[in-house]
Amino acid sequence: MSLPPFTYDEIEERLDDMFIEVDGSVINHLTQFDIQTQDTLLELVSKANSTNSGLAYQLCLRLERAVDLMEIDTIEMWLDQAIDAFDNKGLYSAVEIFDQLESIANHAKQKLTGIAFEEVCNMLEHFVVGLNGRKLKIETDKNSYTDTETIFLPAMLNQYAEKEDNFQLYKCMVVNLWAQNWFGTWRHDLVDIFSDYEKPDQAQAWFHVIETIRLDHKIKNELPGIHRQMQRLCALSGNTSIHEISLSITPHTVDENSSAEDSLKIVTKVQHLPLPEIHSYAASMNADQVSLIREARIIKEKDLFRSVIAKLIDEKDKQENDEKNAQSESEDEHSITVEKLPDPNMPDGFTYELQLDGDPIEPPDGVESLISSIIQDFGEIPDDYLVAAGDGNYKILPDENKTDGANVWAGTYHEEGAFLHKEWDHRRQRYKKNWCALREVDITSGSTQFIKKTLSKYSGLVKNIRRTFEILRGEDKTLKKQPYGDDIDIDALVEAWADTASGLEMSENIFTKMHKEERNIAVIFMVDMSGSTKGWINDAERESLVLLCEALETLGDRYAIYGFTGNTRKRCEVYPVKTFDDPYDDKTKGRISNIEPKDYTRLGVFIRHFNQMFEAVEAKTKILITLSDGKPEDYDGYRGEYGIEDTRVALLESRQQGIHPFCITIDKEGRDYLKTMYGSASYVVIDDVAQLPLKVADIYRNITS
Amino acid sequence: MNDQARALKPEENFIEEEPYYEAISSEIDIFLAAYKQQIPVLLKGPTGCGKTRFMEHMAWRLKKPLITVSCHDDLTASDLVGRFLISGGETQWIDGPLARAVRHGAICYLDEVVEARKDTTVVIHPLADDRRVLPMEKVGELLEATEDFCLAMSYNPGYQSVLKDLKQSTRQRFVALEFDYPAADLETRIIKTEADIDQALAEKLVKFAHMTRNLKGSGLEEGASTRLLVHAGKLISSGISPVDACHSCIAQALTDDAEMLAAINELSSSLF
Repeated sequence: MSLPPFTYDEIEERLDDMFIEVDGSVINHLTQFDIQTQDTLLELVSKANSTNSGLAYQLCLRLERAVDLMEIDTIEMWLDQAIDAFDNKGLYSAVEIFDQLESIANHAKQKLTGIAFEEVCNMLEHFVVGLNGRKLKIETDKNSYTDTETIFLPAMLNQYAEKEDNFQLYKCMVVNLWAQNWFGTWRHDLVDIFSDYEKPDQAQAWFHVIETIRLDHKIKNELPGIHRQMQRLCALSGNTSIHEISLSITPHTVDENSSAEDSLKIVTKVQHLPLPEIHSYAASMNADQVSLIREARIIKEKDLFRSVIAKLIDEKDKQENDEKNAQSESEDEHSITVEKLPDPNMPDGFTYELQLDGDPIEPPDGVESLISSIIQDFGEIPDDYLVAAGDGNYKILPDENKTDGANVWAGTYHEEGAFLHKEWDHRRQRYKKNWCALREVDITSGSTQFIKKTLSKYSGLVKNIRRTFEILRGEDKTLKKQPYGDDIDIDALVEAWADTASGLEMSENIFTKMHKEERNIAVIFMVDMSGSTKGWINDAERESLVLLCEALETLGDRYAIYGFTGNTRKRCEVYPVKTFDDPYDDKTKGRISNIEPKDYTRLGVFIRHFNQMFEAVEAKTKILITLSDGKPEDYDGYRGEYGIEDTRVALLESRQQGIHPFCITIDKEGRDYLKTMYGSASYVVIDDVAQLPLKVADIYRNITS
Repeated sequence: MNDQARALKPEENFIEEEPYYEAISSEIDIFLAAYKQQIPVLLKGPTGCGKTRFMEHMAWRLKKPLITVSCHDDLTASDLVGRFLISGGETQWIDGPLARAVRHGAICYLDEVVEARKDTTVVIHPLADDRRVLPMEKVGELLEATEDFCLAMSYNPGYQSVLKDLKQSTRQRFVALEFDYPAADLETRIIKTEADIDQALAEKLVKFAHMTRNLKGSGLEEGASTRLLVHAGKLISSGISPVDACHSCIAQALTDDAEMLAAINELSSSLF
């Protein structure tokens, strides 16, 4: 027996609880449904409300139409898209998605045939990296276009009745946009070129058409499977095929040997003709965006390339000076040239080899992709790139650039050079993709005075720790009576022989075997550097680390120590105190001394970061130990249940990856939430800060033996 | 087809037919020179790029038996040198593969040597320098190598970890030959010959391999090796469609990740 539906007043009350005030007609409409539908719809409103109240209001306004047109599942998908749009670009774009209600519903009505960007983006990202050239990112936007570093695709495709066809359309769009990048569509600044035309928009649209024809030839050659799909999609939707369009511009022809310049020439001849309609896989062109990105990249890459050259010459100089035994300062001028070599895998059939004084040289790491990117922009390496950068200039090398957090921050694009991590939103029960930007920031090394003080303070304990951990260190032992081994166990053999003599069956276990106890443990300590640790807790943390390092050096386990702190999702920072490769020397000790309280605790993103770091570590046992005080907390809503749930899910991910998370919490009160938060992880609560240094080594021993 | 598999003693393992091998650069000459000068050889390179095939080819050229030991982390020194076994109430010494190779003047090839424990690799030290002897402590003998004996080992620096690295004292005794996937035209030729397929198909397979190698570091640990391409080529020449062959031989071999698999499959269906 089902319950009676909610009444007008009940619905109004629920909306009131969310502080949403809507027109009576909306509520009236809602009263017509059965209670389950009502409940689901109100849940959706509440879901939207948890992101933004404006969004929830906009949803309410469209709820009537939406229910008319779509199934509940589709409404949810539609809402999810809008929430994503809100996360990325704000309310305005979310409302735009809401307004596409009709078109989304139209296709969804027949069946759930549409395919959302989210379902395929990871796969497409791998796909496009597999194709040659600059590694393109994939993101959503209203239109599909490329800015030469990113491919933008619509959040949803539902042009065809079959899901598979819509997926193929995504793929064809990606290939077409990749081809624009790879086959040199953007080698010229189109904004410049077309600004001289009488009707710039028309000319550019024609350029797009002709380029699509040209790329069609290229794709046919290069990726025939995709070409077949493109043709099939055209036929399926009744579009004019590219071949027919190419006939419409006769006598001008484009073939696989044409270049973008040829296309530009043709544009001048055909620009007055009416534009043919091309299939949507051909995407669109966004010349403004491209010139913005391209210009910035060209300047950056030119500097980089010239600094690489300066470095190469500098190295050569040094080498020669060494050879000459520094008799005289070398005055020889070195020159870098490029040699054009045939390479069928490159778009123009040529590659370029760096030569120093006529001898080919191997480009340093990372420079190969730089060269390839430059060739993609120009089709060659321009001469002015071959001039070495001036003195001292060459110090800006690509990787240094990348880790320089402060510089990147000044840029317009916050996420550049940072690690992007997802975050769990328990209200929506899904991840927010690439939500947190995290970077590694160097921590300066201070004096080792603190270490000395700690060691003398705990000198008795240190001795004790060393002794206990020495016992833990595995020792070799010879196993007797083994079925197979290095040597014969004479005792066992005599016994077996006696057995046989007395008529018993002879035992096969007559060998000795050397058993090696190998500890194969890698452990990362993540140390809370949030502002709340200021004072006692910070001291205790540092002291514990000192004692732990003593213990771990005895044991020989591989370990790394990172400090972490965050200030909103865009500014999460980890401080490498000791990486796996760093020795425990004065520098590391100095860095431990310098751990200091900073901002807030956004736990989830850091756990995910270290989970990722563990992927590259080969060890039988991987342990992630968190040393923190109390609840995860950060600005932008990362507190309470949200923070706890995100941390819980992140720890669950660790488990799934085969990492053993272990949390040490310094907390005097409020233990009730810990159980939920650390659900899948083991944890221990220390209520007396002074106890921490004494206990940490003990805890470590317990969890690793 | 009913014949039983042929059983051979390791030292009788002569390679009779010429194994197909295309030289990438001067590795054959270097190997021959090192052999003549009695210096051991270390082959470095990613999996499936032809290290083992190269050894077979050299064994064929030198007309010496090839004794291969696949190293693993439980391989002990006595697995290489030999051990006592019990037979009829008495102990009997049985040579290990390394001792056999020294005794019979064969080529001993230690495959994936980093997998072996460090204390195991140390037993080859006296063999790998100018002493060229194998001490057999348990029988109290010193086995002196003849000039026929050759020691070679292989190692894949790609998946190096802190734990699995060659000791300097080991690696500095060897002449090192670096192997990598061959250049596109050479690789095409190899696949064409090995898998008996036509030029166009071989070219496409190589192109496909390059696509997967682009993905190295962006989700794949390693791109498709020449060996995988040969496998795919062989399946294609027995009538399997190229997309299916690439799926089973290459995509599945490279990853278990569903999205990556889908991406690699899409790449292959784009090409063929």
